Amino acid sequence: MSNDLFNSFMTGPDEKGRFGIYGGRFVSETLMPLILELEEEYEKAKTDQSFWDEMNHLWTHYVGRPSPLYFAEGLTAHLGGAKVYMKRDELNHTGAHKINNVLGQILLARRMGKTRIIAETGAGQHGVATATVCAKFGLKCVVYMGAHDVERQAPNVFRMRLLGAEVIPVTSGRGTLKDAMNDALRDWVTNVRDTFYCIGTVAGPHPYPAMVRDFQSIIGKEAKEQIMAAEGRLPDTIIAAIGGGSNAMGLFFPFLDDKEVSIIGVEAGGKGVDEKMEHCASLTGGRPGVLHGNRTYLLQDDDGQILEGYSISAGLDYPGIGPEHSWLHDTGRAQYVSVTDKEALEAFQLSCATEGIIPALEPCHALAHVTKIAPELPADHIIIMNMCGRGDKDIFTVARHLGFDMSGPEGRSVE
Amino acid sequence: MTRIDAKFAALKAENKKAFVAYVMAGDPDFDTSLEVVKGLPGAGVDVIELGLPFTDPMADGPTIQLAGQRALEGGMTLDRTLEIARRFREGDDTTPIVLMGYYNPIYSRGVDTFLVQAKEAGIDGLIVVDLPPEEDEELCIPAQAAGMNFIRLATPTTDDKRLPKVLQNTSGFVYYVSITGITGAAEASATDVGPEVARIKAATNLPIIVGFGVNSPDKAQAIASVADGCVVGSAIVKKLGDGSSPDEVLSFVKSLADGAHSA
Repeated sequence: MSNDLFNSFMTGPDEKGRFGIYGGRFVSETLMPLILELEEEYEKAKTDQSFWDEMNHLWTHYVGRPSPLYFAEGLTAHLGGAKVYMKRDELNHTGAHKINNVLGQILLARRMGKTRIIAETGAGQHGVATATVCAKFGLKCVVYMGAHDVERQAPNVFRMRLLGAEVIPVTSGRGTLKDAMNDALRDWVTNVRDTFYCIGTVAGPHPYPAMVRDFQSIIGKEAKEQIMAAEGRLPDTIIAAIGGGSNAMGLFFPFLDDKEVSIIGVEAGGKGVDEKMEHCASLTGGRPGVLHGNRTYLLQDDDGQILEGYSISAGLDYPGIGPEHSWLHDTGRAQYVSVTDKEALEAFQLSCATEGIIPALEPCHALAHVTKIAPELPADHIIIMNMCGRGDKDIFTVARHLGFDMSGPEGRSVE
Repeated sequence: MTRIDAKFAALKAENKKAFVAYVMAGDPDFDTSLEVVKGLPGAGVDVIELGLPFTDPMADGPTIQLAGQRALEGGMTLDRTLEIARRFREGDDTTPIVLMGYYNPIYSRGVDTFLVQAKEAGIDGLIVVDLPPEEDEELCIPAQAAGMNFIRLATPTTDDKRLPKVLQNTSGFVYYVSITGITGAAEASATDVGPEVARIKAATNLPIIVGFGVNSPDKAQAIASVADGCVVGSAIVKKLGDGSSPDEVLSFVKSLADGAHSA
C-alpha cells in the first residue's frame, strides 16, 4: 500500500495547500507575503539535515523523547477485551504533545530572524510550551488566551507568566480559543515585520496544517517503531482526541497508508451533539466553511456565522478542526466519533484508578471511546490511544464537576 | 461598465477626489442603518461600502467588531444586508455600493446563488478581506464573470514582486491599506502613503483609494491629496456606536467628505 503513490493518503497538501477541497490560504493580503515566506523557509528546513539534527537533539535532551509506548495492563484487564497501549506524550517536558511542534516553529522563527513570538492558547498547554521555548531561546513571547479560559486554566496562566510570557486575556466573542486566535491574527497583521505566529494546532493557512502535522508526526513514527518492537506487528486501531487535531494528526499520519490500521478521532461532544449545539464536534455536527485561514468543517449557523463551541475541556473548545481531518473524514480513511463531558470525566477517574495516571481532560475523550469499544474486541486486538497531556492543569475543574471542595486543608465532599 | 467604473470616470472628468464611506449593515438596527445609508450620497459620499456582519472579523479593530456584534444581535443576516442595498436602490441608481466583509457567509450561501442575489439587490462590487489572489477561483473570477467588480486590498507588505499578482484580477479600484494592522487602530500618514500610491499607480490605471487610519476631515484631506480618494470606516461607525442620531452621523460624514473633496 505504501508503495502505491496513486492511492497514498500521505502526499497532501497540494501546491495550493489543499487536502481535497480543504485547507488553502484564506488570509488578508497583509499576511500573504509572510505566509509565502514561511512556506519557503519551511520547505528549505524540511530537507536540511542540520535543522532536524537540532530538533532531534532538543527532542531527546529537552523534551525527553521518545515518549514511552506503555501497555496499560490494569486498564486492559478492567475492560476485558482489546489490548490497550498508551502513547505517553503527557510525560514530555511541559506536560503535553504541544512542545513537539513549538520547538520546530521556534527554530524556524530563529532562522527567519523573528524576535517576537505570539501564540493562541485554549487549555494553556500550547501557551506554556511556547513560553517555555521562548524562555530558553531568549525570545519575547505574547500569548492570547480567552478570558473564560484564563479563569478555568489558572495554573497554566501562572506558569506562562513565570516563564516570562505576557498573557493577554481576550474578551471578544465568548472569550475562548476561537477568539484568542482572532486576536492573535490581529496582532500578527499589526506586527508583521518582527513577529512569528506560532500556531498550536494543525489549522490556519497553509503551510501551518502541514508543518504542524510534520512536527507532531514524531508521535506516530515512534509509536510505529515501538509497537513493532513490543508486538512484532502494527496496531489494529489507533485513537486520539481532537480539538484542532494536532496530537491526532501526529499519531495518525505515519499510519495513513497502513490500510489494516483503523483510525479513530474523538471529538468533544460536550453536553451532547444535538440541535442545542453545546459541543465542539465540528465533523459530527458542523459543515464546511472558511475560518482562520482555511476551509474545513465548522460549527456555524444557516447564515455562515460561526458558533461558539462548548466542552468541559478548554483544549477542545474550538468550532473548527484541522483541514486534513476534514479530508480524512470525507474520504473515509479515518472515522470520527464524539464523547460527552460526562463520559470523559468517567474515563478520567478510570485512568487514575486502574493505571495511576492522571490524564488531561483532552485525552480522556479518546480514552472514553476506548472504554466503549475495547470490551467488545478480542484479546489479540491492539489499540494505541494517545495520552497527549497530563491532568495537573485540570484537577480544579474535575474537582468542581465531581462536587469536591478544594478550599479547605482536608478537602471535603460538598454533596 | 459598472456603477463604480462610471463614478470614477465622472470624478476624473471633474478632477475630483473620491470619498468612500463604510457603514456596517444593520448597525445598530435595520431601520437606522437604512436611514444612514440613504443619507450618505447627500452628505457627499461617492461610493458606499456596506459591511456584511461576521462573527469573526479578523482584520477589524474593536469598533467594527462591536458594530458587527450589534448588527448580528439585532438579527442582521446576509438577506437583510442585501435588503438594505435593494431599498437604497429604489431611490438611487447611480451611487455604487461595495459589499465588504469576510468569505464564510458568502461561501455558506453558495457563490453562484450569492452573486445572483447580490447583483439583483444592486451591489456593484465586493471586497472580501480573506480572499487573497491565491484564492481567486473561489469568488473573484466568478464575480467578474457576473459583471461585478472585485476590489483587492494592497498593503504595505505587498512588495513589487507581488504587486502584479494583486492587481491582475482587480477591477473597479484598488484599496490601499495604509498601515499594517487592523481597522480603527493606527493613524495613516500621508508622508508614508504618498510614495506607496505612486508605486501602485505605476503598475495600474485603476484609481487608488486609501483606507485604514483615516479618521478626521483633516486626515481625509491629507490622504486624499496623495491618492485618488480615501475611505473612512471606524470613525463613522464609532459615532453610530456612541448613540449619535442619523443626522449627527451624516453631518460628521459631510465634514469628512468636504475634507476629501477639498484635496
